[in-house]
Amino acid sequence: MEGFTLLMLIYVFVLAMLVGFELITKVPPTLHTPLMSGSNAISGVTIIGALISAGLEQFTISTILGLLAVIFATINVVGGFLVTDRMLKMFKKK
Amino acid sequence: MQVPIEISYLIASVLFIFGIKQLASPKTARKGNLTAATGMFIAIVATLFDKHVLTFEWIIIGVIIGALAGSIMALKVPMTGMPQMVGLLNGFGGAASMLVALSEYYKIQNVYKIDFTTYHTVTISLSVLIGAVTFTGSLIAFGKLQGIITGKVVKYPGQHPFNLFLLLLVIAEAVYFSLNPTNEWLILSMVSISLVLGVLLVLPIGGADMPVAISLLNSYSGLAGSATGFVLQNNGLIIAGALVGASGIILTNIMCKGMNRSLMNVVLGGWESAGSSGPTVQTIKGNVKAVEAEELAMLFDSAENIIVVPGYGMAVAQAQHAVRDLFNILESKGKNIRFAIHPVAGRMPGHMNVLLAEAQVPYDKLYAMEDINDDFPNIDIAFVIGANDVVNPAARHDKNSPIYGMPILNVDYAKTVVINKRSLNVGYAGIENELFFYPNALMYFGDAKESVNKLVHELKEL
Repeated sequence: MEGFTLLMLIYVFVLAMLVGFELITKVPPTLHTPLMSGSNAISGVTIIGALISAGLEQFTISTILGLLAVIFATINVVGGFLVTDRMLKMFKKK
Repeated sequence: MQVPIEISYLIASVLFIFGIKQLASPKTARKGNLTAATGMFIAIVATLFDKHVLTFEWIIIGVIIGALAGSIMALKVPMTGMPQMVGLLNGFGGAASMLVALSEYYKIQNVYKIDFTTYHTVTISLSVLIGAVTFTGSLIAFGKLQGIITGKVVKYPGQHPFNLFLLLLVIAEAVYFSLNPTNEWLILSMVSISLVLGVLLVLPIGGADMPVAISLLNSYSGLAGSATGFVLQNNGLIIAGALVGASGIILTNIMCKGMNRSLMNVVLGGWESAGSSGPTVQTIKGNVKAVEAEELAMLFDSAENIIVVPGYGMAVAQAQHAVRDLFNILESKGKNIRFAIHPVAGRMPGHMNVLLAEAQVPYDKLYAMEDINDDFPNIDIAFVIGANDVVNPAARHDKNSPIYGMPILNVDYAKTVVINKRSLNVGYAGIENELFFYPNALMYFGDAKESVNKLVHELKEL
């Protein structure tokens, strides 16, 4: 692992945090619950790591851990987006 | 590096950012959620083309189980159960991040067959620690909100030093693990201790402090994802995790400000008397004026400007639909009726808003504290439903009160303030509310749902 690659990853992390702060300060309190469940679903993107682990050619302990991770992450993604949609559907103006 | 897959992760990240941007307005929020979901779909499909993904049976099994469980949970959960649901989802996110990092550890040994670098061990340790703490911490939060575990503040001697000891132990193990990366017992022990730490960190937090705990765990679940992104050197994961991490931090900050407490104070279990919700000896002298539905209906009928202040009691009694009926009848009588929502009302950020939206109260009638608090002197009736500490005037003037300095809704400035509560019992902070004894205060005793229904009935009779 070269120091340069690490630095690039840290760059991405820091800039993404700043973008996050900018965007989320603009979300009104009335939408805070859907914001949490929606962002929760987004954090389920760990699923891409889980898929690679569960889909390895040879079956090892990594596959089992990957399978468990796929289950948890899919619940997070599917459940998160669905429940957020269910909530946002209800927000209506007069 | 597989360029097309990396590009699709970039597209996914952009869609996540746009999705969150659209979440900033109720008009575009639903579209925003769909935008983010599209990003997720692209990322998932792209990953299936990764050159390491060669067998699909486990993936299919996992996705089917997860999708079924996720859909059932999402479609079945009642709106009053939303804090638990979000708590649980936070935990699953943390668990997934932890498992992926752990899986990567074994992959480096068994599949890639390369030597561990310090980068590997540090990122894997971090990912496992945050993921595990998020997982069990969220399960405890879920248990507390669901009523399986006591919602009270749990304290025992040596609590904080012991937690600190566990954290230091994990860090020490992580250092040792960096020197002996092939010793799997080290990482498994780190996982175990972190799981215990998650339990112990959330256990002391009381029910009404849950908005802070849930926000903080939300942030952790994002940071766990980011840490896993570092493990896998995947920018898409790092970005998504950072966005969620930032979101959780902001919400945590808003919640702490709403209670005028530091994060440390909340996390360490805070208020001494907090959570002792039983009846206490009455120390405030004075008379309480009680009012019945019929008289109250006449009062409402002659009022022009009304503000309703909902609190956790409304959620417990599932009174949101009754409150909507009250809103409708008063509006049809030409009254100006609005809702004032304290940042920490309920058990999670925005809890009251979701309940009222479910009952089809238009969202433009819901006002945040800072937007409506100056209006109270012009209000004929402030109607407090199931809220207590957030309307306690002691927070403004009583330096000895544990809630001194907490921003409150100025309901006492209204011409009349009507408080609907089951009894005169203390609120979460364990202190009495002098508001009940004010000359312009009327107590309307009873369960929120029944009482509001009775009031609506009386208003129809007029």
